[in-house]
Amino acid sequence: MPPHPSPTATPPGPHADPSGDAERGSHGAKKRFLHDAREYVRDTDHRAFLRRALAGYCATRDGQKARYRDWEHARDAASLAKWNAVNRLDEMLVRFADAFEAGGGKVHWARDAAEAREIILGIVRAAGAKAIIKSKCMTTEEIHLNAALEAEGYGVVESDLGEFIQQLRGEPPFHFVFPCMHVRRGEISKLFEEHLGSAPTESPEELTMIARRYMRRLYVEADVGITGANFLVAETGQISITENEGNARLTAALPRVHVALAGIEKCVERLDDLAVLLPMLATAGTGQPLTCYNTLYGGPRAPGECDGPREMHIVLLDNGRAAILADPEQRDSLQCIRCGACLNVCPIFKNVGGFTYGTTYQGPIGSVITPHLRGLGDWNHLSQASSLCGACTDACPVRIDIHHHLLHNRRNAVRAAPNRLERMGHRMFAAVAARPRLFATGGTLFRRSLWFLKKLRLPLLRDWIASRDLPQAPARSFRDQWRHRAPPAVARSRPATTGSDR
Amino acid sequence: MNAREAILARVREALTVPGPGPHQRAGEMAGHGATTHTAPPPRGSLPVLALEAARPWLPDGGATPEDRLALLADNLGKLKAVFHRVPTIHAAQDLLFSIARERDWKRVAWHAHPLVEPILAGIPCATHRVDSAAALAADLATDSTTPKDALEACDAGITGCDALVAQTGSILVSSATCGGRALSVLPPVHVVVATPEQIVATLADAFDALRERHGSSFPSMLSFITGPSRTGDIERILVLGAHGPKELFVILVG
Repeated sequence: MPPHPSPTATPPGPHADPSGDAERGSHGAKKRFLHDAREYVRDTDHRAFLRRALAGYCATRDGQKARYRDWEHARDAASLAKWNAVNRLDEMLVRFADAFEAGGGKVHWARDAAEAREIILGIVRAAGAKAIIKSKCMTTEEIHLNAALEAEGYGVVESDLGEFIQQLRGEPPFHFVFPCMHVRRGEISKLFEEHLGSAPTESPEELTMIARRYMRRLYVEADVGITGANFLVAETGQISITENEGNARLTAALPRVHVALAGIEKCVERLDDLAVLLPMLATAGTGQPLTCYNTLYGGPRAPGECDGPREMHIVLLDNGRAAILADPEQRDSLQCIRCGACLNVCPIFKNVGGFTYGTTYQGPIGSVITPHLRGLGDWNHLSQASSLCGACTDACPVRIDIHHHLLHNRRNAVRAAPNRLERMGHRMFAAVAARPRLFATGGTLFRRSLWFLKKLRLPLLRDWIASRDLPQAPARSFRDQWRHRAPPAVARSRPATTGSDR
Repeated sequence: MNAREAILARVREALTVPGPGPHQRAGEMAGHGATTHTAPPPRGSLPVLALEAARPWLPDGGATPEDRLALLADNLGKLKAVFHRVPTIHAAQDLLFSIARERDWKRVAWHAHPLVEPILAGIPCATHRVDSAAALAADLATDSTTPKDALEACDAGITGCDALVAQTGSILVSSATCGGRALSVLPPVHVVVATPEQIVATLADAFDALRERHGSSFPSMLSFITGPSRTGDIERILVLGAHGPKELFVILVG
């Protein structure tokens, strides 16, 4: 039987390559971000579709959070578990690696994406693999593993339903937890009709069953199963995988070789830490008490066990994570457990969509870590794409100070490449603001000329007012109003509604 | 320098610059989300373990056996699993056999377990034991795919469990004691038989039970199963039976 070909993907769409590292200079990424954001913002139908999906998330999550006796204190504890591991990462990694190898698995270390791809290709070649099945793993997206496997002629099938749909569409994930949340059921039906020859249907259940039936033979026939890992437990040398569909369970059960790829920051010290982190990951990520399958793997099939892979490998990937660790200010962003909560509540994500980011990790946390993983110069514009409302920081189950890090990134970018024009503007303002008379005159001039400035469409102002209405200039300045205010009414009771008393 | 040493050297170098301590809520007055940093404790020591800090705040696991049983049943119901409590092994048999007849099962897979074996005796369909001597001796790597095919063709998988977790409605299974790796996920129906003594309050208690049972050498796979397999990938609409079982039965005996 010929090896399973990868499901034939449609020609890559405009968003096919999330990194585009090579061809995109520092300007390209920003330009495309602005272009894509403008396009997506205009698609009000799709934005409404996205908002509806995320409103459902918020409702179920809040219901689940209410079952915690105190969610805020629990967040402190979850943060503590990850803080402990990140701040002792060298010790955790050594303990994990030793314990894992004692269980019969093999640990590989990869400094960067290329090294990780080479290691995994080596394992696949040595296994003489004919078919590879994969469960959802964002780290493999980060290193573009599928493209590397396919370039060597290996067929690889994504088994997570969302990832499978994205694979067929030839697109990267839209959201790193809900990969195809942007796709409507009708489109999925067409996609399955085209690639799998199924009958059209509008029922999510039937669509899911089509994918289920398609995948079952693949699990049985695959030689190599590739998964990610949500946690690496230093104490016991186990990896922990969180999922809902059962596809990761099957991927790590039936093929004879199991390869897991994980970033080095995934460590926790103790098994008991998972008693805190697993429920919180599920609640923050999808509003569940616990996801459907939370599985710990300590190695390949052990003596006396009736099935399981003969070999188990884990690839520990740095790829820029040590650089984040070296910045004490942003070190806590390595505590991220990739629950996706910060995306789900982010007003920017809801309005520009996942593809606009052009990164493996979208949303606020992606905007924090991508400049480190790919170089500040190229990705600094992501830190500007924030209202600094702090909803992400509020949502984070491990208390990463996300929106302050976006500010830090802005500051760092300005330090690295000062904006002369901006600096001149600030100096001028400072000079004027320090001279009360000049300030008053300037204010009067500005109020009177505002209508005219709008019409002038000056280069800097034009971008600002393209999507915003400038306010009407008030007739009198604040200082003038203050000077002529009515004497304070002490005894008079005020009406309940304010706003009419100016 | 090999990759391992290079990465560890980078990590050690990075950690020579001390960072802030763990995040703490800034205080009741500061409002939700506001965080401050505490002073970092010395390397290698924590002021308090994360679990101990979290224990009073995590979802309740029930204080008494009655509470735990009620919570477990409630959680399983919310997860769309089917929960039955029967008084005796005989009653469990009746229940299982009626499910088998109703669904016209042709073949069920099982794994040796002190509770499963007597309940399965006399089931009105064929059985397939996954941990038969032949299966244990087989090198699945060089063998054909036959054992997987046989399991794939079964209508249901029947296992015991290592613990039931009231807090989350989870079933803990392991590769050594409850079905290997595939039995609890490959067939379209999973039936778990358990006793009330196996109910623990929280995930942390389940870890304690594991340590008690296995010492420090755990089976190669431990899995917390929380409801039947599910997905929300299509328009965030819940569908059961994505890749694992569509139906999950928990039969509590005693």
